[in-house]
Amino acid sequence: MSALPAQPAKGEAPLRRPASPAAMFRAFNRLALQGFGGVLPVAHRELVEHERWLSPQQFVELLTLGQVLPGPNIINIAVVLGDRFFGWRGALASCAGLLLLPMAIVLTLTTVYQHFADNPWVVGALRGMGAVAAGLIVATAIKLSRTLKSNPMGLPACLGLGAATWLMVGYLRWPMVGVVLGLGSLGMAWAWWRLRAQEREA
Amino acid sequence: MTVAELLQGSHGLGWAELAGLCVHFMVLSLLAVGGAITTAPDMQRYLVGEQGWMSDAQFTTGVAIAQAAPGPNILFVAVMGWHVAGLAGVLATMLGIMGPSSVLAFIVGRYGQRRADAIGLRAFTAGLTPLTLGLLLSTGWVLTAPTRHQWVAVALVIGAVVVSVRSKISPMWLIAAGAVVGALALR
Repeated sequence: MSALPAQPAKGEAPLRRPASPAAMFRAFNRLALQGFGGVLPVAHRELVEHERWLSPQQFVELLTLGQVLPGPNIINIAVVLGDRFFGWRGALASCAGLLLLPMAIVLTLTTVYQHFADNPWVVGALRGMGAVAAGLIVATAIKLSRTLKSNPMGLPACLGLGAATWLMVGYLRWPMVGVVLGLGSLGMAWAWWRLRAQEREA
Repeated sequence: MTVAELLQGSHGLGWAELAGLCVHFMVLSLLAVGGAITTAPDMQRYLVGEQGWMSDAQFTTGVAIAQAAPGPNILFVAVMGWHVAGLAGVLATMLGIMGPSSVLAFIVGRYGQRRADAIGLRAFTAGLTPLTLGLLLSTGWVLTAPTRHQWVAVALVIGAVVVSVRSKISPMWLIAAGAVVGALALR
């Protein structure tokens, strides 16, 4: 990994370093509290535009890394960025900033909800929210499906793999470990073979 | 609610069960290539189906509350842990779902080479994208389990999909609209 901060292109404001792990805690706490239904867009605004700890290019690279790795993208970004500036203390401070206060809020809301769990209005409201939550996640899948057109496996193979995954995990309720390892290796092998073929043609 | 209840939750889980819970979520942590929400179907299978620690409705409500509140979406996992075993459950599920992937991110961030164009890495992401899609659809399917039979709820799911795909409106407003419609028509 290249050392941070790198010098930005001409005309851009110079990048800064966070003053301390505590500053990283505060920045990640602030962006987490602004993030309703997803923190990544806020992360870009806070880390790139406001704090200027990362150039836009560095942010994209970090995001790609966070997406390739398993686990929540924003947590992966917090770990890697925190570690780059202050080692494991920075990683811990960033994660804690991201999680502590929002977690207290979510658990408080849950406790309040449990208190009113017998109230039919509250039960109805939560059912409606649950239905919308399901719709939002399906919408994410639809938005993601637009990227399949450029997938080296081709659209039919992609749709087949996606449908098989839904059938096994969603409908038949098989354990995810076996399905992901099985279908996942199939997909990766097929994609690798197709990419190799494309490279030979080129 | 006493402190003991807060710590243990209503199920009084022992250390062995808490450890099992943590290990199950550690495995899911490494499988969560498309984000933590893609592992929700397996969490539901384990927590609701296999162990009977919470109901379908509690599961969906937990995800809904976490989506409505500020912060990373991963916090739905904390709500699961809270339902199962109070604060001890929160620690078990959150350490499980974040631990292995965070350690991996730490190691790769420090020592990994930046080779986003390498063929192996491209095959990895391209090969797993369809699975992510199937897992997201599974999550949507599992979350509708408590309300699938009510046409108002089905209309809400479809409405949320259409609006979310076609506009850039914040999900917060959609969830608020869902709460209002639900309070009036899903009692």
